[in-house]
Order: sequence, then structure tokens, then C-alpha cells
Amino acid sequence: MNISLTINGEKITRDIATNLLLADFLRDNLRLTGTHVGCDTTQCGCCIIHLNNKAVKSCTMLAVQADGAQITTIEGLAGANGALHPVQEAFREHHGLQCGFCTPGMVMMGADIVRRLPGADEATIRHQLEGNICRCTGYQGIVEAIMDASSQAKGI
Amino acid sequence: MQPFNYHRPTELADVVKILANSEDPKLLAGGMTLLPTLKQRLAAPSDLIDLSRIPNLQGICEDKNEIIIGAMTCHADVAASDMVRAFCPALADLAGQIGDPAVRHRGTIGGSVANADPAADYPAAVLGLNATIETNQRRIKNDDFFTGLFETALEPGEIITALRFPRPKRAQYQKFRHPASGYAVVGVMVAQFDAKARMAITGAGPNAFRPHAFEEALTGSFTAKAIEGLTLDPDELLSDMHASAAYRAHVALVLAKRAIGLIS
Ligand SMILES: Cc1cc2nc3c(=O)[nH]c(=O)nc-3n(C[C@H](O)[C@H](O)[C@H](O)COP(=O)(O)OP(=O)(O)OC[C@H]3O[C@@H](n4cnc5c(N)ncnc54)[C@H](O)[C@@H]3O)c2cc1C
Ligand code: FES
Ligand code: FES
Repeated sequence: MNISLTINGEKITRDIATNLLLADFLRDNLRLTGTHVGCDTTQCGCCIIHLNNKAVKSCTMLAVQADGAQITTIEGLAGANGALHPVQEAFREHHGLQCGFCTPGMVMMGADIVRRLPGADEATIRHQLEGNICRCTGYQGIVEAIMDASSQAKGI
Repeated sequence: MQPFNYHRPTELADVVKILANSEDPKLLAGGMTLLPTLKQRLAAPSDLIDLSRIPNLQGICEDKNEIIIGAMTCHADVAASDMVRAFCPALADLAGQIGDPAVRHRGTIGGSVANADPAADYPAAVLGLNATIETNQRRIKNDDFFTGLFETALEPGEIITALRFPRPKRAQYQKFRHPASGYAVVGVMVAQFDAKARMAITGAGPNAFRPHAFEEALTGSFTAKAIEGLTLDPDELLSDMHASAAYRAHVALVLAKRAIGLIS
């Protein structure tokens, strides 16, 4: 089936199988390998992208369902001039990653949290991260980074 | 995942036609239950019919003393709706406790109710808040809808179009969530209406149910004291690796009292 969608600002048209997952379409067909597949069972959040500005798990969506959509992946989050997104900047500042496997999903979810809940407190952010799993950091740096970006967004 | 034909109609009438003309069709809503099932090859439908582009299945509106939520409204939209929050805060709270934010951005109220997972949250709202299930063919009363484990009164070819909730005087939902999935190990909705109190329990039995003795006691007096001494029969509840039936029976009582305590 033919689909047309906008990914990181670029219009893309492809002929794909109906049973191709969005995560596989991004990684295998478009070589956007920043989106990771950690569990393939909707649990870990490594595959989170923004679909029409909302965080979704791309391992649990068909690529054909994204026909006509606007998608941002981790590759498209930074500004055009390469300036890091505030959440990316905060992850660097607060040491929000170790191996980096969960990081694309954490950053994409973090950006979604900051957009929806500017100024969110620690408990809220931990609750919002329930669908993202990290095997390395113990979450402390991740939560601090998102809290920092979230308070900047609110102007605190 | 096995191959299938994918359809994305823009009118309900076309959904009905495709359902009638396909060998083994399945409706696709948020896909948060269906796609994992297909990935595990627990199902292999011949045709998937995506409901996401049918305009009148989306959105929330108020009509007299009812709030009407389109079947394709996602959990995040119900949780964030000022209209739902003003009408019945317990319903918005329940939607905001389902899964995680990414699941809530895709999963829908119609998909959840149609799926009738014994541990899903919405069934407690449907029964506890006395909702009506509207389909393309009829209106189904909540008490007639959940018929067993993953079983409902929906006929083949029947599509949920909306959920209609009457306005309660007050209501509360309390849930003991499974720490990994977020599903309800037990969830309890209590609600007070003008004439009667209602209570519904999800997660504990093969499907959500109303414990009538509790409702009678609460109709007499909407206080935690009124249900003191009442019990649930563990023989009618589920036991699994997460919790025994006796444990679920106990947690349901604790949650019921907690819910009532928060609003009475
Ligand atoms: C990680 C994770 C955590 C979750 N945690 C929770 C939780 O805490 N609590 C909870 O309640 N749920 C939870 N869920 C389930 C989630 O709420 C699903 O969204 C929901 O069960 C199914 O809704 P859907 O829109 O995704 O439906 P789909 O998966 O698209 O469909 C489910 C079934 O319903 C049928 N169907 C869909 N729409 C209609 C319709 N309008 N009319 C008739 N039949 C229809 C489909 O054919 C299919 O059989 C979780 C899911 C995941 C992946
Ligand atoms: S790979 Fe999608 S949630 Fe884990
Ligand atoms: S940094 Fe290694 S999994 Fe999170």
C-alpha cells in the first residue's frame, strides 16, 4: 500500500506491506535507527516517537496507520541549526544516560511531558515515565533532566 | 505478524459493508491490545478495518444530563477533558490511570470496552456509573454488556459508536495497579446517584461486576461504615500469579472503603 507522510519535516512516499510496523519502517526502510526497539511488546518505551505531536510507541503501530501523519523521531528533535532541544540539553547536563539504549525514547517522552505539563514536580514526572524502562541509570538523572527542562519551559 | 488487507473507511456504512464481505475481519481502534495479539500470532485476521478516520466516532459532548464519549476517543483525551472533569472527575481520573502516557495517546474507550479484559479499568466505570453502550444497531444497558472473560453482548458485525454516562452526584475510582502493566489487580468504582448508590469491581472476577449487597448498604447510607462486615466470596473471584482470590476479595473491600472515605 502507498503511504505519504512527513517525517522530521521531510515529505516521504513509500509503497509498503500492510503488516509493517512503524518502528521497522523507520529503522529498516528509512534507516532512521535512532528509534530503538527494546521489547517489541509495548512495555519499554525505547521506540517512542511523536505522531502529530503526541508521544506514541512505534512498535505498536502499523506504518499504514501513520499515512498522512506528521512524525518527529529523535533525529528530528534538535533545531535545524543543530541546536539541541532543551530536553536533550538537560540530559547532557544532568547525566541522564549511561549506555544510551533507552535514551531516544526517554528524550522523546521527556519532550512530550514538558509540552503537556510544564513545571511538573518529581512525583508527576516519575508517574509519567511509567512506560519507559532504563536498565542502567536508576532513573535519577533522567528525572532530574526532565524536571529541569520542565521548569525552564514554565519559566521557573 | 501475518499479512492482512488493510481498510481505512471514512463512513460507518462502509465499515459495515467491509465487515460483511470479509472472511475474518477485525476492527482496529487504538491497536494497543489488537496489535500485540497479532504480533504474537494469537490471531490472524484476513482484514483489518481501521476506525480512526470516521469523524463521528471521535470526541466528547454533553447532552442534558449525560456525557457522550465517542468510541474512538483516546484515554488521554478523556483524562484531559475539562468537560469530563466537570461532569464526573472520577471518570477523568480513571482514564488517566490506564497504562502509560503513550498507551493513553492511542488506546480508545470503545476498544477497551469491546475487549472486556477482566483487568481493564473502563468496565468499572461502565457498570459503576450506569453507562449505556451505543452501537451501530442499538443501545445496550451496561448490566447486559459484559458476559464473561473477554466476552460481551456485541454481535458479529456490531460496532460500538459511543459510551453514554449519566451524571452521578459524586463518584470515586480506586485502583490497585499491577506495578508492571498498570492494569487493575483490583479496581473499585463507587458512585452515588439521586435514588441509588452503585459500586463496580474490576480485576477481581472473570468480568467486572456489581456487588449488590454493597450497593444496598450504600444506598441506605453512603459511608464506609455501612459496608463494614460485608464480604465478597473468593470462590467467585480470580486467582493467578499476581494475586489469590482471597487477596483480591480483601483488597476490593479496602479500596471500596477508601473510595467512599474520599468522597463522603
Ligand atoms: C503497556 C500497556 C498497558 C496497558 N495498561 C492498561 C491499564 O492499566 N488499564 C486498562 O484498562 N487497559 C490497559 N491497556 C489496554 C489499553 O487500554 C487498550 O487501549 C485497550 O484495551 C484496547 O483499546 P484499543 O483502542 O487499543 O483497541 P484495539 O486494540 O484496537 O482493539 C481491541 C479489540 O476491540 C475491538 N474493537 C475496537 N474498537 C471497537 C469498536 N468501536 N466496536 C467494536 N469492537 C471494537 C477490536 O476489534 C479488538 O478486538 C494497556 C495496554 C498496553 C499495551
Ligand atoms: S520497543 Fe516499543 S515499547 Fe519497547
Ligand atoms: S541508559 Fe542504558 S538503558 Fe537507560
